[in-house]
Amino acid sequence: MTAESNTLTVDKVPASDPPSDSSGQHLLHHHFDDMAQQRECNTLMMWAFLVTEIMMFGGLFCAYAVYRWSYPHAFAIGSHHIKWFMGSLNTGVLLVSSLTMAMAVHSAALRNKKRLVTYLALTLVLGWAFIGIKGIEWTQDYHEGLMPGIAWNYYDTTVHPHHTEEVQKLADAGVSPNAVKMFMVFYFFMTGLHGIHMIIGLTLVTILLVMASRGKFTNGNDQPVEISGLYWHLIDIIWIFLFPLLYLVSGIKLGGPLW
Amino acid sequence: MNTAAIEAEVNHVPQTASIGELEFEPRNHYLNNGYGWKSWLFTLDHKRIAILYMVSITVFFFLGGLAALMIRLNLLTPYSHFIKPETYNRMFTMHGVVMVFFFLVPAIPATLGNFVLPLMLGAKDLAFPRLNLLSWYLYIIGGIICLYALTMGGVDTGWTFYEPYSSMFSNGYVVIAIVGVFLAGFSSILTGLNFIITTHKMRAPGLTWFRLPIFVWSMYATSVIQVLGTPVLAISLLLVAIETLLKVGIFDPKMGGDPILFQHLFWFYSHPAVYIMVLPGMAVISELVTCFARKPIFGYRFVAFSSIAIAVISFLVWGHHMFTSGQSAYAGLMFSFLSFAVGIPSAIKVFNWTATLYKGSIRLDAPMLYTLGFLGLFLVGGLTGIYLACIAVDVHVTDTYFVIAHFHYIMVGASVSAFLGGIHFWWPKMTGKMYNEGAARIAAMLLFIGFNLTFFPQFILGYQGMPRRYAIYAPEFQTLNILSTAGATILALGYLLPFFYLLWSLKHGKSAGPNPWRATGLEWQTTSPPPTFNFDVVPVVRIGPYAYNPAADELEDKRIEFEEARQKYEDNREQMNGAKDHNGNGNGNGHGAADRQDSQALHEETERDR
Repeated sequence: MTAESNTLTVDKVPASDPPSDSSGQHLLHHHFDDMAQQRECNTLMMWAFLVTEIMMFGGLFCAYAVYRWSYPHAFAIGSHHIKWFMGSLNTGVLLVSSLTMAMAVHSAALRNKKRLVTYLALTLVLGWAFIGIKGIEWTQDYHEGLMPGIAWNYYDTTVHPHHTEEVQKLADAGVSPNAVKMFMVFYFFMTGLHGIHMIIGLTLVTILLVMASRGKFTNGNDQPVEISGLYWHLIDIIWIFLFPLLYLVSGIKLGGPLW
Repeated sequence: MNTAAIEAEVNHVPQTASIGELEFEPRNHYLNNGYGWKSWLFTLDHKRIAILYMVSITVFFFLGGLAALMIRLNLLTPYSHFIKPETYNRMFTMHGVVMVFFFLVPAIPATLGNFVLPLMLGAKDLAFPRLNLLSWYLYIIGGIICLYALTMGGVDTGWTFYEPYSSMFSNGYVVIAIVGVFLAGFSSILTGLNFIITTHKMRAPGLTWFRLPIFVWSMYATSVIQVLGTPVLAISLLLVAIETLLKVGIFDPKMGGDPILFQHLFWFYSHPAVYIMVLPGMAVISELVTCFARKPIFGYRFVAFSSIAIAVISFLVWGHHMFTSGQSAYAGLMFSFLSFAVGIPSAIKVFNWTATLYKGSIRLDAPMLYTLGFLGLFLVGGLTGIYLACIAVDVHVTDTYFVIAHFHYIMVGASVSAFLGGIHFWWPKMTGKMYNEGAARIAAMLLFIGFNLTFFPQFILGYQGMPRRYAIYAPEFQTLNILSTAGATILALGYLLPFFYLLWSLKHGKSAGPNPWRATGLEWQTTSPPPTFNFDVVPVVRIGPYAYNPAADELEDKRIEFEEARQKYEDNREQMNGAKDHNGNGNGNGHGAADRQDSQALHEETERDR
């Protein structure tokens, strides 16, 4: 400490680009020195929060990896049960929604209210489309008896007489139905947790949309859009990992049932 | 900003004695800024939230202590006369869950950290005051849910929720308890995030990383663990809840699950969580040891980076909880080696604190007694940790009282000593009042003696083979168990005593003044209790922390002595003048008496305010 120089070093960079109009200053919370500090805090907070999300899903991916290692065949069979086409479609929908979100962030920065509202609305529509497709998919899984704990009778030939072939295949491969059930548990848990995050994200986008239509983000205060965008992209990225891990375990079976 | 004003503030010598009129001015501080329950429950002030946490944590501490009391009473006799074995299982689960998740994890960060960290950084508040309040609400809601599960249905899995005890062999209250722990985990994550952002972005001008007090470094390391570890606990507990609710196999071996995987996921959080409990203790000790030895900390950078090193290595040692659970021998070898490695940064800290004491002008005030207690208890706990990291020894003593004694030395002995030491140290800052020093010294010594009497016998019991978690034990262990219970009564006294004299001090304590310990650090540069926004003028930092100097202390003593003498002299003179005024033959302006009456009224008003 004695070696420290006695010169005054101020390590906070002065506001590089403070909002030019006067309405920016009233957004400054009492405990911050200036808008630049407030912005930096908010952005860093969102990134740090995303790290916790990654750790949470990380634990889940880790458990998935352990069981996939233990039951490779069962996971391949389970993966064929779920609907790769709808999964792919959803991947496309979510990727496009990320694009519209990025455009919304861009429009907010450019203070273009009309475009901001449009892109937020598009993001909202695409997000709900994802949830809708997922809902259809889950409903079908439910009717096929592929939902562990709630409706699990896919391999019960008394309920599904035409599944005898599948049961036989399972027995030939030496795979226990319980191991396939394990895959389905992970499938529902992982997509379910992702879905909850989607719904939180959609709530955020709805709030953004309402406020944006009142011109709250096109007056230089575009940061809420930016940090919500970060969250939205993270949900997207998590799906990018979930999709191959769940749907593409041993390649897709073309010619099989699409729906 | 007016630089001249800042310069003046920096060069201003903090007033240490209770010097005259400044004290009598009615002053706005965070405690008199609003009185109703709303002003507390909806407050965004980090200092008030710290007080909210302190009150609630005290309640949980006594609840957890009550469970411990039942355990110790039951272990007086070998045959479980006092409570039924099932109740005993529920009691140690309650003790563990409450003490770990609702006392030790939030204890120092959420109370002392919340109060002191923004002050140390020269900030007006934490970066996200609303999240700070939310974290307290999550903690309270989680705590109530957990208490409901623990008392109504009873959970008997131990605080570790090991599979498949927690799913196959347990009642539905486990899921409710898990929800409570999950919420408390969220609260802990929010506190951690808030501290990290605040430390990065809210430091006062001139407060570079290497001018930060060690407290901030350790708190930062703690926050990193909270942020990275807790989400993994959350997800593993969610998986247990899903498994129990839907009756599907995730960890249940009967359905193809792997119970060892649960242990891996659980300890990935819960071992680092041990450091969430002890790193803040180390944070407090670094402040106390320097202040009461009147010396800068020995090897600042080593102590600072050892906190970071502990945080990093803590994520790589979880497997030492599983040496006997069937993980591979090679994994065991690596985990053993890495666990030894944690000894290095921990030892750096202990050696550097000791070196700080060396040739210091040591004052044995109550916080210092707690500090010395911490050093002794942490040493014993840490060294027995090295025994346990050694596989050959661990296999012998796994799940015995040796392990219990080891982690209680760290988590209870060391951490709670540091917590109480910190409370005593910052109490004058928090409340503006001094407690009874004599009672505090007695409490500190009772704690040390009681703790050792309680837990040292357990090392012997464990080494002789008494297993943990049983209500019934072999009769030959009874003597040492009685000794342990007897020690626990002394320990309980050590915990109860501060509760009373600290509360007493609120009403009857002497006014503390801004800096009763003559400590350096920004938190002492402001008044006690601090104003709502902490500093009237933004402080500017020019030098590193712990600029203690015994020679300057002596000068300061002289100055105060002189000041008091001068004050006395002036008082006398004023009295004589006043007497003259009354006699009516004063040659002055005649306003003297009126002035005095005014100041008297002001004084009374201030006293009422308090």
